[in-house]
Amino acid sequence: MNGAAAQTDGYAIEVKRLIKAYGEHYALRGIDMSVKWGEFLAIFGPNGAGKTTLLKVLATIVKPSSGGVSVAGFDLREDAVKVRHRIGVVFHQPLLYDDLSAYENLRFYGRMYEVPDLKDRINQLVAQVGLESRLHDPVRTLSRGMQQRLAIARALIHDPPILLLDEPGTGLDQQASAMLADIIISTLTKQRTVIMTTHSLEQGAALGNRIMIMADGKIAYEESKQLDISSLREVYYQHTGVKN
Amino acid sequence: MRSAAGKTLAIVWKDITSEMRTKEIATSLVAFALLVIVVVSFTLEPGQNTSSIAAGILWVAFTFAGVLGLSRSFVIEKDKGCLQGLMLCPVDRSILYLGKMLSILAFMIVVEAIILPVFIVLLDQSGFPPQLAVIALLATIGFAAVGTLFSAMAVNTRAREVMMPLLFLPVASPVIIAAIKSTGLVLSGESWGAIASWLGVMAAFDAIFLAVSPLVFEFVIEE
Repeated sequence: MNGAAAQTDGYAIEVKRLIKAYGEHYALRGIDMSVKWGEFLAIFGPNGAGKTTLLKVLATIVKPSSGGVSVAGFDLREDAVKVRHRIGVVFHQPLLYDDLSAYENLRFYGRMYEVPDLKDRINQLVAQVGLESRLHDPVRTLSRGMQQRLAIARALIHDPPILLLDEPGTGLDQQASAMLADIIISTLTKQRTVIMTTHSLEQGAALGNRIMIMADGKIAYEESKQLDISSLREVYYQHTGVKN
Repeated sequence: MRSAAGKTLAIVWKDITSEMRTKEIATSLVAFALLVIVVVSFTLEPGQNTSSIAAGILWVAFTFAGVLGLSRSFVIEKDKGCLQGLMLCPVDRSILYLGKMLSILAFMIVVEAIILPVFIVLLDQSGFPPQLAVIALLATIGFAAVGTLFSAMAVNTRAREVMMPLLFLPVASPVIIAAIKSTGLVLSGESWGAIASWLGVMAAFDAIFLAVSPLVFEFVIEE
């Protein structure tokens, strides 16, 4: 694993008193959390809870207003480039260029990450996400489900030890969503740490070995053991006031 | 150093490959610039000394075509969230700036190479003075250097089509004025010496913005 070799002792992610404000609006209000190597953390919460902002901060796209964040042992402010080497990110948008083919998109990102033996790596990933037959088709001709599978291949091109997934199944039908979940499971390795935000309690509970519920920019609930879906629904309702 | 250059060129390759498929930016730029030159050429009388007016026409066409292209360049990145994809890449933000700046520069140079011969013919200019190529290059570098920055800034605003020229044109005015003045002198048959000071203004403008823009680009694109 490209980046996993760099650091696997300590925590994969440590967040201390993280605050993110946009003017007078606070998106994150003092988040404290740590994620161990190899953990799969599922984060739930209603719209506006701060899930996406938290992931964007961890992904170095959004700068924190205050607080400390360390990813793979590197400080987010001091070593942002090193952090980016060690994370793969999938948002609900695929972050792919419509007019380039699947292969060209992966080659572009592979060059940006300086991936060795890029052609072999692309073929391996495309086989993993089941897109071999559409490799040279423009992205705009792929279905939404295929684009999200390709987005996972993009995020894994440099074999990162940490994967951040922000509602990757948004807009997918049940079949495509289940296929995406299977692919996510197939990408898990012993040392890969995953943080996934999702509205689907079923999917998050099935994939995660730890859960967290966010509400109003804060962590409202945390649980390290897996909950059955009815208990999770109850806890979610208690902390968010929203039925899921 | 080699790795930074490779990543910069990867961004340029990606933009040029996309553009060759869609021809979205080049077509609108060429069409707009040609339209301006053709329409304005009808206002000039045959045999009239048009060198200073022609210079203005040429740079109005280049400037507004350039504004169109600059806006599109970042809208394409923003549309499918690709700007976030670029921001996730493990490179200094200045590399992203340089890659986008060089892409825009390449598009504008291609458009200018198409427009200039049409301009020479339609505005009845006697041949193509070599100084014009140097003026166009220096002005276009400055244009792309400052334009890339403001285009990235405007793409995050709601009224980006309006914001882009409002932000960009006042800052780019020194290079536009220098380009118009020096082009006018060249078209009226003046030598290199007569335009040296204007070339100096453009070179200084380019140097300042090429040094400052990569440093501030990070603050422009990050939330």
